[in-house]
Amino acid sequence: MLVQGIKSRPVYSGIKADPNAVRHLFVLEGEGALALLDQAATLGQDIRSKTEVLYASTGSKPREHGQKLAALDFHDYWEAPSVAVLLNRFGVMLGTAKMGIRIYISGTEGFIGQAVQMAIDHGIDHNSLMTEHRGSEARRVQCVHCKGITDNVRTSPFTCSHCGLPLLVRDHYSHRIGAFQGVNVDAEAPGTAPPPEELFP
Amino acid sequence: MTVNTDMSVRVAAITQVADKVKRFRLVREDGQPMPVFSGGSHIVVGMREGAVLRRNPYSLMSAPGDTSGFEISVLRVEKSRGGSAFLHEKVKPGDRLTVSQPLNLFPVDQRGRKHLLMAGGIGITPFMAMMDQLDRNNRAFELHYAVRTRGHGAYWRELQGRYGEQRVKVYCDEENLFIPTQAILANQPLGTHLYVCGPAGMINGVLGQARGLGWPAQNLHAEEFLAPPLGKPFKAVLAKSGKTIEVAAHQSILEAAEAAGIDAPYLCRGGACGQCETNVTACTGTIEHNDHFLEPQDKASGRKIMICVSRIDGSQITLDL
Repeated sequence: MLVQGIKSRPVYSGIKADPNAVRHLFVLEGEGALALLDQAATLGQDIRSKTEVLYASTGSKPREHGQKLAALDFHDYWEAPSVAVLLNRFGVMLGTAKMGIRIYISGTEGFIGQAVQMAIDHGIDHNSLMTEHRGSEARRVQCVHCKGITDNVRTSPFTCSHCGLPLLVRDHYSHRIGAFQGVNVDAEAPGTAPPPEELFP
Repeated sequence: MTVNTDMSVRVAAITQVADKVKRFRLVREDGQPMPVFSGGSHIVVGMREGAVLRRNPYSLMSAPGDTSGFEISVLRVEKSRGGSAFLHEKVKPGDRLTVSQPLNLFPVDQRGRKHLLMAGGIGITPFMAMMDQLDRNNRAFELHYAVRTRGHGAYWRELQGRYGEQRVKVYCDEENLFIPTQAILANQPLGTHLYVCGPAGMINGVLGQARGLGWPAQNLHAEEFLAPPLGKPFKAVLAKSGKTIEVAAHQSILEAAEAAGIDAPYLCRGGACGQCETNVTACTGTIEHNDHFLEPQDKASGRKIMICVSRIDGSQITLDL
């Protein structure tokens, strides 16, 4: 059960290094490492020497993307122990960055949403960010009733991890908070929620 | 068709502010307040001289919240089609004009962390209103203002007095001072937006440098109003109206259509907004595209024309108008 066809559903157009940028910052999570690894061979020395990479391996740790990224001759590579720590460092870097930097974000939708939100908070127009969805389809969903956010939602309906209501996941997306919206599915007749379907593997 | 919301105004004051630049203060004849506008807006001023009706766009330079009147600054253009010469030489305090509702094609991006304004010559005018708004909202901004001579540059002294020499930098050609664009653009904090207003060469030069330094398109803003260039006379067949009109050498198609009593849509009259885009069904001759709006492939197709500034070199064009 999913409500689709809503315009706010983000579109991730893919990452391609901008040759004009004076600094390239890749913000990657999990399988998002592949968005850079897949094109690393095509990046010239000029771009590699201006490239910094922030990476959190999360569930992709056994696949060792981090070692492959670290082996490339980028200007800087840093692996964070968690997404929260990565986002914190990303925010600090944005606070001192200058115009001319180009930001590339890749990973799960929940990760992209949080990184985009961090960039918006630093005055960046989200249309100037490049994003690429890699890895799980799991969603980050906000309960419209209690406002609690649940990460890695794989089914619809699902049980809100904060207030316990069964929530229907909509394609309705908030760019401001970087999450899809979940609405109580059995408000009229509590207890009649349909069984969860795995929609976001 | 367009709804006429023009306001009848009286010229309350005319001030010579620099060589060839006059400021006009316009107040409503009916005593009502002027609409509040946003910095960067322009109005279309309608002036009647005998049988000729001219309509030219001018940026509003007065404070956006000042509803007692609008102010515009007009540069006397040498090869004028008549608008600036008429305002400079014929219009006296007390005369009547009409003005359109304000329209903003050059707004401040409110999400920006800092606003970098670059003006060349008379391109200063939209920034006068913009700076008033930015200052009132406590937003970070700086102005880099290029003038030919100190005498040609309108308002630089007043602006430095109001906002300080740190925020208002003046560069004078005559003193061999030029805006150090490269150094400025390379050292701006994230979230800065760039606004350029001035001659086409300056706009293209500054925006080109910004793109080359990795500035994203979303942070670049420019405005240049074009006067419809002079050309050769031709015939325009207006298919929907069932009329054939003569477009004179000094007229735009839009002006010729209006003179024939046709209410064609328009907003900026300067090739920027896209409102007057018209389909071309036939053309004997070549279209001279003078606008900033159509995409190159649209211009190449020969099927669209912006009738406020573009014309043809040829004998006849048939329009879906």
